[in-house]
Amino acid sequence: MTDSTPLLKLSDINTFYGQIHILQDISMEIRSGELVCLLGGNASGKSTTLKTILGIVSPRSGTIEFDGADVTDKSTSFRIGQGMAIVPENRRLFAPMTVLENLEMGAYLRDDDHSEDLEQVYELFPLLADRKSQLAGTLSGGEQQMVAMGRALMSRPKLLLMDEPSMGLAPILVEQSFEIIQQVHQAGVSVLVVEQNANMALSIADHGYVLATGRIVLADTAEVLTEHEGLKKAYLGR
Amino acid sequence: MEFFLQQTVNGLTLGSVYALLALGYSMVYGILKLLNFAHGEVYMFGAFAGYGVLTVLGGSSAPLVPIWLMILLMFVAAVVVSSTIGVALERFAYRPLRNSTRIAPLISAVGASFFLQAAALLLFTANSRSYDAPNLIAIQTGIPIGPIRVWMVRVMVIVTSAVLMILLTLWVNRTRTGKAVRAVSFDREAAAMMGIDVDKVIVITFLIGSALAGVGGVMVGLVFGRVFHLMGFVAGLKAFTAAVVGGIGSIPGAMFGGLLIGFAEAYTTGYISSTFQNLIVFALLVVVLLVRPRGLFGREELVKV
Repeated sequence: MTDSTPLLKLSDINTFYGQIHILQDISMEIRSGELVCLLGGNASGKSTTLKTILGIVSPRSGTIEFDGADVTDKSTSFRIGQGMAIVPENRRLFAPMTVLENLEMGAYLRDDDHSEDLEQVYELFPLLADRKSQLAGTLSGGEQQMVAMGRALMSRPKLLLMDEPSMGLAPILVEQSFEIIQQVHQAGVSVLVVEQNANMALSIADHGYVLATGRIVLADTAEVLTEHEGLKKAYLGR
Repeated sequence: MEFFLQQTVNGLTLGSVYALLALGYSMVYGILKLLNFAHGEVYMFGAFAGYGVLTVLGGSSAPLVPIWLMILLMFVAAVVVSSTIGVALERFAYRPLRNSTRIAPLISAVGASFFLQAAALLLFTANSRSYDAPNLIAIQTGIPIGPIRVWMVRVMVIVTSAVLMILLTLWVNRTRTGKAVRAVSFDREAAAMMGIDVDKVIVITFLIGSALAGVGGVMVGLVFGRVFHLMGFVAGLKAFTAAVVGGIGSIPGAMFGGLLIGFAEAYTTGYISSTFQNLIVFALLVVVLLVRPRGLFGREELVKV
């Protein structure tokens, strides 16, 4: 399933907000078919890393390669078109629009018929088929999470970015979300999960990176990270 | 009854134009949270574009082309001129300030408004011009409704506005780009994360809002005759009031608000006095803001969790 050229490769990324140096020399890669997690506490730079990957903020230096091409200077729209998709933190659904319209927005850049993908999303989340005409803002947190994931899958992504999927969800829903992430991964989509919930993320990931104050302080396989003493102390609470 | 009907038709005509203008305010506000104060001037330039076509093609007393073609060309010219100005405003007056403080584009909007007024003064002088539409389409033509006869021009204004508003509603609810406009209005960053080209959506919004204002300008010229370089100011203010009354950012709100302001103005003029026309309109604004600050159709600001 994995091959040698990385699907996503960040090299020496430095990102600033004004004068503040947020990301410092971030290098990481995700190979095709991998499930990678990026761990870190509050304000460690996790969200900024995602925004840099998506092109919502531009790095001051460093390069981003996606699917064999340099996308450092490309627009967000271009990158999404090349096969990135995101489930944003707090889901960020279009609340005054219906579930179906939200899903359609996920397929915004696609000119081909996406009714098949819609069927697949409804298969994955049967509840959404019943709720398709309901306004997204009226759904429960768990249901919204389904819409957000379905919306991301509508673009048939090569790389699915998940920003804090466990945020604001009841434990049972967190487990459900991670099961779905695994399902999506098994269907051949590469996944980057950005999480504070290190236990949960490492339990499904192949590789992990640990961010602290804008630097990558650890990078290893999930097994090694799970047993790492420092990480246990800092994040795993054991 | 006859008088009441007459005032109702007046209100409907005026309200249709306010609604077209209010849509531009509301759509732009929805997407940028910006009050485009130059919108009234976009409408004024539309009115002058229509006047230009009318004059070049022989004027209303000796038109060189069939009357339906004349009117069509006037609308086309207005749409082209107004949407060009609207898009230029976005590009040069607002986009450079998009990531600055919220007050900056607002000041830029006021400046753009003065700039366009002054430009019109230089281009067209301070004289007001007349479309003299009764020469084009006789006032006697029209559709009898009960005891009154509604002038064909008014019928055209009301029907055209209704058709445009229905088309806009369909566009915004049914098409991919229309839905993208709604998505960007609600959450610009999340929309960008879907691959929506936010800049493009903003340009399209200005294009459509300005085109509608241009159409409104020609309509006012046809119905009320006079076009002049300051006509955008009061009309803009009224349309802005309509947008706020309806709930700024809401498309059905702008339509309803426009009609409401139109009726309020017509009935005040008819039953009280035209002196009180503006007083009543703006009092309506104050009352709505007191009772329902988000406007009649405005949605409650959702607290994002």
